[in-house]
Amino acid sequence: MALSTEEVARLAGLARITVSAEELATIAPQLDIVLDAVASVSEVANADVTPMTHALPLTNVFRDDVVRPGLTREQALAMAPAVEEDRFRVPRILGEEA
Amino acid sequence: MAELMDYDEVLARFDPTLGLEVHVELNTATKMFCACDNSPGGEPNTKVCPVCLGLPGSLPVVNGRAVESAIRIGLALGCSIAPWSRFARKNYFYPDMTKDFQTSQYDEPICFDGHVDLLVDGQTYGIEIERVHMEEDAGKLTHAGASGRIQDADYSLVDYNRAGTPLMEIVTKPIGGLGAHTPDVGRAYLAHLRDLMVALGVSDARMEAGNLRCDVNISLAPKGATELGKRTETKNVNSLRAVEDALRYEIRRQGALLSAGGSVTQETRHWNEQGWTSPGRSKEQAEDYRYFPEPDLVPVAPSAAWIEELRATLPEPPAQRRARLQTQWGFTDLEMRDVVGTSGSLDLIDATVGAGASASSARKWWLGELARRANETDAELADLPITPAQVARVQALVDAGTLTDKLARSVFEGVLAGEGDPDAVVASRGLAVVSDDGALGEAVDAVIAAQPDVADKIRAGKVQAAGALIGAVMKAMRGQADAARVRELILERLA
Repeated sequence: MALSTEEVARLAGLARITVSAEELATIAPQLDIVLDAVASVSEVANADVTPMTHALPLTNVFRDDVVRPGLTREQALAMAPAVEEDRFRVPRILGEEA
Repeated sequence: MAELMDYDEVLARFDPTLGLEVHVELNTATKMFCACDNSPGGEPNTKVCPVCLGLPGSLPVVNGRAVESAIRIGLALGCSIAPWSRFARKNYFYPDMTKDFQTSQYDEPICFDGHVDLLVDGQTYGIEIERVHMEEDAGKLTHAGASGRIQDADYSLVDYNRAGTPLMEIVTKPIGGLGAHTPDVGRAYLAHLRDLMVALGVSDARMEAGNLRCDVNISLAPKGATELGKRTETKNVNSLRAVEDALRYEIRRQGALLSAGGSVTQETRHWNEQGWTSPGRSKEQAEDYRYFPEPDLVPVAPSAAWIEELRATLPEPPAQRRARLQTQWGFTDLEMRDVVGTSGSLDLIDATVGAGASASSARKWWLGELARRANETDAELADLPITPAQVARVQALVDAGTLTDKLARSVFEGVLAGEGDPDAVVASRGLAVVSDDGALGEAVDAVIAAQPDVADKIRAGKVQAAGALIGAVMKAMRGQADAARVRELILERLA
């Protein structure tokens, strides 16, 4: 599998990670090796191996629909870098039109 | 505003294909993945906890009741229920979701392959359901700035009370072959979902409150073409009327583009209440969300026994119930259409009949006097401060001759004004028909004495002259008399 630097740049963009051209040149072949390693696992896995959906052998872990107190507004907003009108204040949202 | 083509002309040349994605907010007591209060509204950021704020180290736990609701919705839509289903992370960066991903379902939805039959103007249309999956709602953004619009906002404010509200996404398969009926069928489908959610009791399903939200996908292909055209997805379609209008608009807009030799851009569009769509952000590819299995939640694997247990709790399907009630009540199609067309009236009439009133009287009050009063205050019928039992009681008083229809309206006015139940209003306003022959007799005698010439005519056999005397007696009794009884008394005396 050959991962192009363009593909890696796009993934970095989606993950909002700044990656320089030099870093791209290093990361792309490294990711290639990771992908190859994963691909070799699927070569061994025959039809008789059930895909593992979860690391734990558990299903149906449910909570009763009963309200429990969470954080107070003061606690919730205490962690916010900026607050206005009891709401979290966030920077202007760019590159989006709603 | 975009160029539009005549609707019929578009349909003569193109076949539309429709797809609807509907989001339903569940009315569970708590949120999807945490025990925060899920009731709507409240002071900003007062219904939050480390889970729905996405704080590091917090762990989600699935609300069992929400899974139950999802399965019941799926069963009511004729879906198969997956014996094995898991959650996935849908990654995106937007401040309405602190975690930078939405917990959703991707390749293993809880319900799939459903089917709904819709009756629209006497014709049955089959709608195939692709899937129903569970996810969570996002927080609410307020854009600060002069216009309140995102484009020129300086910054935004976020309230996370709604973040984590259980959300069910119901997706249809592409629906073709509807031709000019595409908008009506789209609307009927949404109305069906709304009624179904209310019947199931899983959501308040109020579109104006955002409990039920619809994204409308539509594409056009030249008649006879085997390949589907490029589609647009219109958001913010938040009423039944808007579904119909948005579809009609997009069909006309896309028709104009294609007819002029242009092409449709695959994009998200925004429905404006003024009656047109505008471009939003261009449609991201599915893989842009980089879905992957949610490691913090274990799979949902409903047993066949549990599914059957839930199936047994399903209400009668709304269409079937309407047909049964129409027969039971003996309503004509036209009468029934008025009932179905007035939001909430079917349930109210049913409950009023259950409380002992006849179907025709229940219909008369709810669609007449009470609908008029609801309209005056711009309220839903169901929100009027009067119960079906109270309406049945008023009708019982009419049947017993205690009230006339006119007095009954006055009783309704009193009940709606908070003066108590019907009997209390009758007593406090002194509204009962005077059936005491003594008091009535005195009034009759007085009127006869006051109009001897009319009395003479009646004695001479001109019975129709009694009308004038009846009117005078009714006036003297301030309307609180039974006109038929008054007539009897007059004729007895002048025989």
